[in-house]
Amino acid sequence: MLVARCLAAIAALAILFGVGLVNQVEPLVLGMPFVLAWLVIWVVIGAGAMGLIYALDPINATETNGEGGER
Amino acid sequence: MNAALVVIGLVAAMALTLGVAARHGHDMNLEQWSVAGRGFGGLLVFLLLAGEIYTTFIFLGGSGWAYGRGAPTYYILAYGSLAYMLSYWLLPPIWRYAKQERLVSQSHFFARKYASPALGALVALVGVLALVPYLVLQFQGLGVIVSVASYGAIDARTAIWIGAATVTVYVIASGMRGVAWNAAVKDCLILAVVLFLGVYLPTHYYGGLGEMFHAIDAAKPGFLTFKPSGQSVLWFESTVALTALGFFMWPHAFSAIFTARSERAFRRNAALLPLYQLILLFAFFCGFAAILQVPGLSGAEIDQALLRLSLKTFDPWFVGVIGAAGVLTALVPGSIILVSTATLIANDVLRGLYPEVAERKVALFARSLTPAIALVAVYFTLRGGQTIVNLLLMGYSFVTQLFPPVACSLMRKNPLTKHGAAAGIVVGVAAVAFVTLTHSTFVSLMPFLPAKAGEVNVGFAALMLNALIAAAVSLAARAAETAAPAPPRRASAADDDRA
Repeated sequence: MLVARCLAAIAALAILFGVGLVNQVEPLVLGMPFVLAWLVIWVVIGAGAMGLIYALDPINATETNGEGGER
Repeated sequence: MNAALVVIGLVAAMALTLGVAARHGHDMNLEQWSVAGRGFGGLLVFLLLAGEIYTTFIFLGGSGWAYGRGAPTYYILAYGSLAYMLSYWLLPPIWRYAKQERLVSQSHFFARKYASPALGALVALVGVLALVPYLVLQFQGLGVIVSVASYGAIDARTAIWIGAATVTVYVIASGMRGVAWNAAVKDCLILAVVLFLGVYLPTHYYGGLGEMFHAIDAAKPGFLTFKPSGQSVLWFESTVALTALGFFMWPHAFSAIFTARSERAFRRNAALLPLYQLILLFAFFCGFAAILQVPGLSGAEIDQALLRLSLKTFDPWFVGVIGAAGVLTALVPGSIILVSTATLIANDVLRGLYPEVAERKVALFARSLTPAIALVAVYFTLRGGQTIVNLLLMGYSFVTQLFPPVACSLMRKNPLTKHGAAAGIVVGVAAVAFVTLTHSTFVSLMPFLPAKAGEVNVGFAALMLNALIAAAVSLAARAAETAAPAPPRRASAADDDRA
């Protein structure tokens, strides 16, 4: 859980404050300018970390009022 | 009349018919009209309302900024993702409190948390102020689509009037219920169109994504990275912070939170929705592809980039399909915003000040307000000159001023009093309004600041000012309270909300 939270925090910081460190076009990553690819990669990592947090957070296992989907 | 306009007209007519049909069998009282009787599933509403992902903002605005500004457009990808990550912790307590207190609007949330109906009315006013530029940008998008797709036969001013009239008729006829019916169609259509264009255009004109970015970098060095000044890295950071914090502060976003059936939905969305943001990339690619193919658009014209390139690339009927997708991305959110604004003025401002007004009158008033609000938005649209993204940033500068009092009200012991919250909001909004209206910057107003400070987003600077004032006034109010011959218990607004 701690690992997932740290990862989420790192991803958020990388998105918000990391851009200054990677403000360059080359090398292209996934066909995109480096600074754009940096954001894309951290967005994906951040989403993964949030998925982990969701899976590990005991509150999501015990809470029952959400059963049956939200649609 | 060309094939493109025929397709667009047909889709608009179909949307109107659907909207009116959706009304069938429902008595249009205020609750039906404004929140469809609270009958929508939570996830559906959340997807519909909580993001700008599938609106004109991305379709024309995001691609337009990629075309005209380059790197600054990346901020759009960053802020939504951060906001969704934050939502894991921010939204469940808001939802819980709203459920426990049976709240129906953002203004009620403030009124209850701070035990102050006046603060609720103030918050509703700020909401209206922020929603106007948001509505203007939808009208502007409609104008761009109709005028470009008509190959110039309909000029932009006429197109804006047509678009505004369509939205207004649609909203008066069906309210929120018609919106939901069209929203599903819109999401599928826009997803298909953006993915297709984002892949096809770079491949068709450049042979691939990497080749396209190499070509742009060679033709316009520095365009794909943040500049040392102006819209710099500092601008990016402050803008992303402003918009990420404000993401859920919109009045309609709050309503969407309230409609969820369980708080777990928010936590799950926190992992799924950041990935949704990646669709933005394809809108960016369309704008970047246009740079070397349809050069020369400047000022607010950059919003036309995607459509101009489509015009150059495809047959009229397919331009019509793209235009129709665009019309829906403006029509659906435009209607949601128009309904929200009218409901805010009628239900939260008017009723907040005069609680004894009858429900029927409020409902009638809300519906009769819609043409007036649409006219105001048309007026600002015709004055023009702003790009779509700039308009949304202006809305964010206003609406994010609500973040400090919301965040503080969720703490165990609220550090803000109602006076502090109100003072902070008023100062923050006034600062943004002053800077916007006088076309000045904080640096020109306060010359002792370093020039670098001018790159900080105006709304973010106002947000800092807001927080400072709110803290100072709250401290003073509490001090005055303790100094006065006090009642036995310290009866601050923060304690009242548990009483």
